[in-house]
Amino acid sequence: MNTLALFPDQAARSTGEVDAVFLFIVAVGLFFFFLTQGFLIYFAIRYRRRRGEPEEETPQITENGILEFIWVVIPSLLVLAIFVVGWWGYRDMVRPIPGAMEINVTARQWLWEFTYPDGRKVINELRIPVGKPVKLTMTSTDVLHGFFIPDYRLKQDILPGRYTHLWLQPEKTGTFVIFCSQYCGTGHSAMMANLVVVPPDDFARWQKGPAEGAGGESLAHRGEELVEKSGCLACHSLDGSRKVGPTFKGVFGHQVELEGGSSVVADENYLKESIVEPNAKIVKGYPPVMPTFKGTLSDDDIAAIIAYLKTLK
Amino acid sequence: MTDHATDTSPADRGYLTDKGFRSWALTLDHKRIGVLYLFTTLFFFLVGGVIALLMRLELLTPGPSLMNDHTYNVLFTLHGAIMIFLFIIPGIPSGLGNFFIPLLIGARDVAFPRLNLLSYWVFIGGIVVILASLVSPMDTGWTFYTPYSAKTGAAVATLSFGIFLVGMSSILTGLNFIVTTHRLRAPGLTWMRLPLFIWGMYATSIIQVLATPVVGITFLLLAAERLFGVGFFDPAKGGDPLLFQHFFWFYSHPVVYVMILPAMGIISEVIPVFSRKAIFGYRAIAYSSLAIAFIGFLVWGHHMFVSGMSPVAGVIFSFLTFFVAVPTGVKVFNWIATLYRGSITFESPMLYALTFIFLFIIGGLTGPFLGALATNVHLHDTYFVVAHFHYTMMGGTVMGLFAGLHYWFPKMTGRMLNETVAKLAWAVTFVGFNATFFVMFIMGYHGMPRRYAEYLPKYHADNVFATAGSWILAVGVAIMFANFVWGMLRGEKAGANPWRGLTLEWQTPSPPPTENFEEIPTVTDWPYGYGKKVVCR
Repeated sequence: MNTLALFPDQAARSTGEVDAVFLFIVAVGLFFFFLTQGFLIYFAIRYRRRRGEPEEETPQITENGILEFIWVVIPSLLVLAIFVVGWWGYRDMVRPIPGAMEINVTARQWLWEFTYPDGRKVINELRIPVGKPVKLTMTSTDVLHGFFIPDYRLKQDILPGRYTHLWLQPEKTGTFVIFCSQYCGTGHSAMMANLVVVPPDDFARWQKGPAEGAGGESLAHRGEELVEKSGCLACHSLDGSRKVGPTFKGVFGHQVELEGGSSVVADENYLKESIVEPNAKIVKGYPPVMPTFKGTLSDDDIAAIIAYLKTLK
Repeated sequence: MTDHATDTSPADRGYLTDKGFRSWALTLDHKRIGVLYLFTTLFFFLVGGVIALLMRLELLTPGPSLMNDHTYNVLFTLHGAIMIFLFIIPGIPSGLGNFFIPLLIGARDVAFPRLNLLSYWVFIGGIVVILASLVSPMDTGWTFYTPYSAKTGAAVATLSFGIFLVGMSSILTGLNFIVTTHRLRAPGLTWMRLPLFIWGMYATSIIQVLATPVVGITFLLLAAERLFGVGFFDPAKGGDPLLFQHFFWFYSHPVVYVMILPAMGIISEVIPVFSRKAIFGYRAIAYSSLAIAFIGFLVWGHHMFVSGMSPVAGVIFSFLTFFVAVPTGVKVFNWIATLYRGSITFESPMLYALTFIFLFIIGGLTGPFLGALATNVHLHDTYFVVAHFHYTMMGGTVMGLFAGLHYWFPKMTGRMLNETVAKLAWAVTFVGFNATFFVMFIMGYHGMPRRYAEYLPKYHADNVFATAGSWILAVGVAIMFANFVWGMLRGEKAGANPWRGLTLEWQTPSPPPTENFEEIPTVTDWPYGYGKKVVCR
């Protein structure tokens, strides 16, 4: 692999589409490039005055409404086309894929930690099965980072204190590089991980093998224990019944009506906020009485609880 | 500014007659203040350039060779901060703008000469504070993104206070120019007769006055967060790091037009003079400056497509972004149309002006790759972005500045540059610039992230190429600056109007007298009346 190839590897969904958008803009760009540079160079040569030649009187052409109109309208339409094409490609890149395996990504100065649904943690290697969709839920423990796989044409910044997402649809086996794309301090350029895409059978075998990282206990299971231990169930039911607070049953992914008339979809960021800052958004019809668990529950704990809440369908 | 030529009588030295430190440090003459700004900003251009050469030298090999990662990070921060805040933002507006706005509108000085001197010394104060921050040099990048900038051990608060002062100076200068343009135009110089450089500077000044306070406040908030632990941007304290990015780009996007609009103004002056041709589409060029300034305020979010901002906001910002391209394109088309049926000569100012157009077209046409969402996600924070903004900022603004410096050198110093040397410097600079930066587009599409002290071996060949290019570029710039020094000391006498321009600055001696004009001229026509009037339908 070197940069003499036209494009980096096309190893996942929508890479072909991104490259097509790229080529479309190249085509529009080359049209204007040859048009403008062509005229620039042609006029410069055609109308040059050689040394010693008398100065010809030039015609005082000052304006032409039709020309101005043409070179406002045609570029406007073309940039509009580029916008639309870029938007379509983007929509396909960020569209959620149903049934995706969920993997949590924790970025810290200067390493990557990947947590699988079964609690397995791996540092600097993201191993996924080819052809199966993966949803990455990413957060940082310190500063901004960026998750970037050039061969997937995918990039997303990672922030402390909130979750951002990426959907991967690997189409090729092999090892691909994951860069940190958002400057994060001294070790920024060394903050790399490998994306290892393997056949599903190999992946299943790897998953059954001995856990390399800490844990060995599934993330959702750990979340369940934390929910019991932390006293959540005193106020929140698991079966849909109403207690002091709203039930946990089916909360993830549902529309929640808030005090004040607005509503919000209960995604990872909402759930995390409700745990560390319970009074930020109050569910309609419930009193604002929940204490904060900031400092009590770690970011890992909260990720486990969210994984558990997702199972309560 | 010493004069060794014996054939010059003191009377010919115009505004340069007085000598000594006080006559410069306390001057109220806009021309002297402009010269002070030019010397200061060009000095920092050289400093920033030397830093860039060191960075490119480090990138000659994939691993660490010359310096460790931290040092590299400090260098790219200094390169960005110096080039942006101490060179490219103040360079043309405060340097050439100060010198030439009053001359071009037939005024004796700017509206507030004392404020003008204050701006310069506030600027110097800012520089001193910025230099003080070198005790613990910044490693955050010129963008200061939080939370890293709130956590790093570097002197962030000091540096941001320095930039706050520099920004204040910029606001004062902008205010001064706006009032000057409104109040001090010579009799008969209506808005539709204004030189296009003035239109560019006017639009620039509006942006400076409106946008700079935002970044000033942002840096104060950042300093408050670091010094007093107030949580504006740190999520651990209830803040939001994206808020910082919104504030930062609300200023720093419009400011790219502060960098480019004055350069576009210079091009609009140079092209007609050297093609002996009336400017084509005067009104379109003038109004497009205002349109760029206005739309420029609405597109800051295109720096944040992958930041975690809502995708809906991303789509809206992407849409708006594309409409900056239209007025920009209008200018390029009109410049090229001006050449049509001209009588063109290629003295050094014209070479740089044409180079501006050539390189700026490349910079401009690579913008849509970054404005379109699908490709932006891939290209964001890669070398593609580095290549794009060096084509617009160095290929554009800096070439425009070089065009202006060569064009107005005779007026400022009363002497000519050596034209052969100037052309040699141009050729070497042109080759070096493209060798350095074009390959970065390719590296970028292949995914090499920016701000990397070390990189994967697959990008090695490209980096060697770019580093070699940077040395050629350095040689070109060195020849040019040597020519400036030589021209100042030994250049041939220029005469009042060596390029036979029609704008007002050429109607007074070179160098101009302290009061600019013996008698304030009365303007009866626009300044682009070259050639023969034809009936145009």
